[in-house]
Amino acid sequence: MSERIFRGTGLAAISLSVLFLAFLLWNMGSKGIGGFTQYQAQLPIDFTKSDLFLDPATLKGPDARETVAGADLTTALSNAAQAAYGPYAAQLFSDAAVNKLTDDILANPNMLTGQSTLWLPVGSKIDVAAKGNGDPAAEKVVNMLQQKHAIHRAFNAQFLTGSDATDPSSVGVWGALKGSFYTILVTILLAFPIGVLAAVYLEEFAPRNRWTDAIEVSINNLAAVPSIIFGLLGLAVFLDVMNLPRSAPLVGGLTLALMTFPVIVIAGRNAIKTVPPSIRDAALGVGASKMQVTFHHVLPLALPGILTGTIIGVARALGETAPLLMIGMRAFVAAPPDGITAPATVLPVQIFLWSDEVDRGFIEKTSAAIIVLLLFMLLMNGLAIYLRNRFERRW
Amino acid sequence: MQSRMVDQAVLASPEGKALPAFEMQRESILSEAHEIASGEREQGFNPQSATLAPRIRAEESRFAVMGGAAAILIALGGAFLALRKNKAEFRARTGVERWAMVVLFAASLIAILTTLGILLSLLFESLRFFRLYPAQDFFFGTEWSPQMAIRADQAGSSGAFGSIPLMWGTFFIGAIIAMIVAVPLGLMSAIYLTQYAPARVRTWLKPILEILAGVPTVVYGYFAALTVAPIVRDFGLSIGITSASSESALAAGSVIGIMIIPFVSSMADDSIAAVPQSMRDGSLAMGATKSETIRKVLLPAALPGVMGGVLLAVSRAIGETMIVVMAAGLAANLTLNPFQSVTTVTTQIVGLLTGEQEFDSPKTLAAFALGLALFAITLLLNLIALHIVRRYREQYE
Repeated sequence: MSERIFRGTGLAAISLSVLFLAFLLWNMGSKGIGGFTQYQAQLPIDFTKSDLFLDPATLKGPDARETVAGADLTTALSNAAQAAYGPYAAQLFSDAAVNKLTDDILANPNMLTGQSTLWLPVGSKIDVAAKGNGDPAAEKVVNMLQQKHAIHRAFNAQFLTGSDATDPSSVGVWGALKGSFYTILVTILLAFPIGVLAAVYLEEFAPRNRWTDAIEVSINNLAAVPSIIFGLLGLAVFLDVMNLPRSAPLVGGLTLALMTFPVIVIAGRNAIKTVPPSIRDAALGVGASKMQVTFHHVLPLALPGILTGTIIGVARALGETAPLLMIGMRAFVAAPPDGITAPATVLPVQIFLWSDEVDRGFIEKTSAAIIVLLLFMLLMNGLAIYLRNRFERRW
Repeated sequence: MQSRMVDQAVLASPEGKALPAFEMQRESILSEAHEIASGEREQGFNPQSATLAPRIRAEESRFAVMGGAAAILIALGGAFLALRKNKAEFRARTGVERWAMVVLFAASLIAILTTLGILLSLLFESLRFFRLYPAQDFFFGTEWSPQMAIRADQAGSSGAFGSIPLMWGTFFIGAIIAMIVAVPLGLMSAIYLTQYAPARVRTWLKPILEILAGVPTVVYGYFAALTVAPIVRDFGLSIGITSASSESALAAGSVIGIMIIPFVSSMADDSIAAVPQSMRDGSLAMGATKSETIRKVLLPAALPGVMGGVLLAVSRAIGETMIVVMAAGLAANLTLNPFQSVTTVTTQIVGLLTGEQEFDSPKTLAAFALGLALFAITLLLNLIALHIVRRYREQYE
């Protein structure tokens, strides 16, 4: 009897842990999946009656977008919506619809001379109401539109191609993804070569002395230092002493590289350790130098193990938020960065910033961004597992 | 670099000298002219940029030719040097290998430099803080309210930096609540996985458990703030605790505990595996059942290793930032009530350093003093834990 209870407790413990995980994923998934879709409403608009002073002939060349942006599309949309659906509908559209209309006009300037019927993304309040938890006023507008069959659900491409915005209906993760990409690029370019070289030195060449001991102790300690401490280091050294640009992927990448470096060294040393001494002896026996043995034979054989450890370390850096908050990557950045010194934000920080917003439209956007982040983590960890199973040799 | 040289040459030319001396105005005309020169736009707001554009184009082509010539010269010089050195007795490999060795050693020195960098930057900024604010008040003060008073009569803004409430909050969340969740679940999971589960179940369950450790902390933080915290608050209210807050120690602590389960589990796994097979066989041979062997022989034998693992887990939990920032709140309460809001060292570091920053204010410097305290505590915990684990391993080798 007590046998069974004990065994049952163990099973219950692990089931509970797995249940927590399932609940967490289900919770994020069910909240966030709506963020990838968006309600669009039909809008008949007569450009000849609107007050837009836009001439199709001038909408050519590189300055066309600025010209359209200068026209008051917001008011034109509001007027058209009121003309079609009555005074409730004045707030039907927001920035996302203005962006869409700008694109449409640029693609087909002749549209401005006549009348057309367009599907445009609705504003965040209406969107939230259509998805079932908005305020009563917005619900009324949604019901009215549904009766006229003038509203439908569509894929939200803006969420994958856009950047941060103040209006939840027009936000996107592309800017943050690009920032993450640049940051992680800097991290990999610095941490991987330096980490592998340090692992090779410690495992193959280092003499047993105080220096080596000091290096080993500091690597083991660095691997256990809380990540926020690295953020403080980045703030004090890279920003305050070296005066690098704030909130840039360069500084974020440097900080994360310092954090990832010990992980790569430890994984690298373990991988190098598993290469059997007979390989080294054989190469030495035919006259190779110690350096040639290491770089021609040991390192290629250890590489799959090193890569697996590196990917896991980099995946951790990709999900890291706290150190990047310290170096100022929490600024509002409305355009994707175009280099490693441009102001940027990264995906986890973007999630943190959106989670702080009071607007209800941001709840599903935050969860949707979390889905994107988790997909990337899954991809990287899957890659690491694949590499391990495909290339790792048992000696 | 080339673009800067082009700019200098353009500014030195007669057209460039005619530009306004005010720097911002000059810069904007210059950048307009650049865009016209590269064909990105047809005309600028300032007519001067149009006259500047052809000059920019001319200078750019001039510098491109000069750059090409310089590259060819350097290449020829290198070839000449290489041909002169290339003799039968020249030991190229030894030279290269000596340099390779230096590079390898330099790479491993980065570790020491990083540790020194952390120590020095934290110490230096903390010393500056203690010059502004007495150290004994920081370490033993029980009031934390870092807002500095702007007016003398402002309420609640005393600028007090007593760290005791923060230390308590950190300890309460990381070492008590999180461990109450993580230790039983992690330990029992490890026992089930290593002692009972069939091999096929184990190969599936272990990686699934590891996923818990791989989820980014910001995701846990959002989960804690949006889903767990309201449940905890409603539960607190329903059992009659009227002070239950929507930012509670219990919500943050239990989510940290969930995150740390795989860590505790794998440490316990290692320690149980290190117990010699002979002890297990001896106990079973004496007629003890499987669960008796685990409880009376394996666990006591593995206890030091498990304790070391728990200490490492505590050091992880108290250094955790995002979950507590998003779910634990900023109110520095000295309370034993898990339904109330407490604050932690890491939350306050984030709170002090985001927003307006001047590097000399005690607010910013206090963050570094907190960082130093956090670093010292985690370092100490890690050293003790590693020492225990090593002693324990040696015992059975």
